[in-house]
Amino acid sequence: MRFSGWRVLREGLTGNKGWAPHWRDPEPKSEYDVVIIGGGGHGLATAYYLAKEHGITNVAVLEKGYLGGGNVGRNTTIVRANYYLPGNSEFYSHSLKLWETMEQDLNYNAMMSQRGIINLFHNDGQRDAAVRRGNSIVNQGDDAELLSREQVRELAPFLNFDNNRFPIMGGLLQRRAGTARHDAVAWGYARGADMRGVDLIQNCEVTGIDVKNGKVVGVQTARGPIRAKKVALAAAGRSGQVAAMAGLTLPIESHVLQAFVSEGLKPIVDHVITFAEGHLYISQSDKGGLVFGSYLDFYSSYAARGNLPMVEHTMETFVAMVPAVSKARLLRSWGGIMDMTPDGSPIIDHAPIDGLYLNCGWCYGGFKATPGSGSVYAHLIATDRPHGAAAKFKLDRFRSGVGLMDEEGTGAQHNLH
Amino acid sequence: MRITCPLCGERDRREFYYKGAALVRPAEGADLDAWHEYLNLRENPAGPLDELWYHEMGCNAWLKVTRDTATHEISAVELASEAGLGGET
Repeated sequence: MRFSGWRVLREGLTGNKGWAPHWRDPEPKSEYDVVIIGGGGHGLATAYYLAKEHGITNVAVLEKGYLGGGNVGRNTTIVRANYYLPGNSEFYSHSLKLWETMEQDLNYNAMMSQRGIINLFHNDGQRDAAVRRGNSIVNQGDDAELLSREQVRELAPFLNFDNNRFPIMGGLLQRRAGTARHDAVAWGYARGADMRGVDLIQNCEVTGIDVKNGKVVGVQTARGPIRAKKVALAAAGRSGQVAAMAGLTLPIESHVLQAFVSEGLKPIVDHVITFAEGHLYISQSDKGGLVFGSYLDFYSSYAARGNLPMVEHTMETFVAMVPAVSKARLLRSWGGIMDMTPDGSPIIDHAPIDGLYLNCGWCYGGFKATPGSGSVYAHLIATDRPHGAAAKFKLDRFRSGVGLMDEEGTGAQHNLH
Repeated sequence: MRITCPLCGERDRREFYYKGAALVRPAEGADLDAWHEYLNLRENPAGPLDELWYHEMGCNAWLKVTRDTATHEISAVELASEAGLGGET
């Protein structure tokens, strides 16, 4: 089933009776070439690119719940490539380019909106860092513009320019950044993978990983054993637990990151805006809700809900940044489980077990990585060599200390990320 | 979330700084694998976990807190020094 303007018109005139399910609901086969554990954004994108770029279609994606019910359904939908550190910068640049073509590629409306991101700065040091980051972004081939305080005021007049403690000095703008409809991203990749023959198997929790003589041979699931030549993890916040089934201990702590959405309001926020001093990011959804979040709760958690101190901090920062929102009502909040590495950067690598692959440690930045992660992970699984854009996402960097990717410059230590 | 400091009593979570899993520090001269395990690798359970918290806005004691990572329930708190995790007793 192809989507087109003509198809929408025809269905509209005939009672919308011609729409079919977007993917099959197959029974698991007894054996696959590749089994992907985790039916979120990254797992589905990986399956899609395995089929499309590498012709590997005897693939199953195993999801313990429903497709897109994990972190891809629990984020603030921001897409950007304004990274500084070598390793991360080329990866997110690769990912943003895929975001720009994915809707045509998938024939699916993911509501990709390049509304631009503005990272505000409030003092000389932050401005210098923004200039340096901007130059680095331009050098990697992406776009960055330094905005003065007056240029920011023109684009975002609702910000609090009278904040004495954190005056807005200017901002770094990336126009190609923006947002995408998170659920549609999962659905689009699911449909694309299914159309190419990938089996998407929901309600199928993996309960064991079978390893024989140092080589992975399959998985045990809630729907019976499945043999596989290659097994690929894409379990986000549950990566530690899935890896433990293969006897691996990862450099990962799972933490909760909360996000919030207000009641629907008329359009006020045109961009994605981040407030550096108190760490806050906001955008407005197409339904009108203000979508925002700030820090992690900063302690290990699988609760998928947060605690009140970070709620309070986030609200305080938001009102300091946009005083007008103090009268808006909060519609809901949610928490996603983040797989945090000691240096705040991801791992895409072979596991120390033959035929087992790792894609984890996305910390607070998994959504914007979705297409890039899928494409480089598929490359690794298909060719057994790392993709050029992800060559630095090595597992052994923590052990050796060589090539640590401390994007935030806070130190490579668990409780700092 | 509230933590009952053995010295100060029950206090708000915001008085405390979180360090992570309460692991025994390797001996001086331990090999790379031992330090890698201590610094980086984590069991990361969804359930009870022994953690180190620092009462930075209270008595400055390091605490070993046993907390359930799935429910946030705290079942035990003791001084890290008395739990064999180093520091003066």
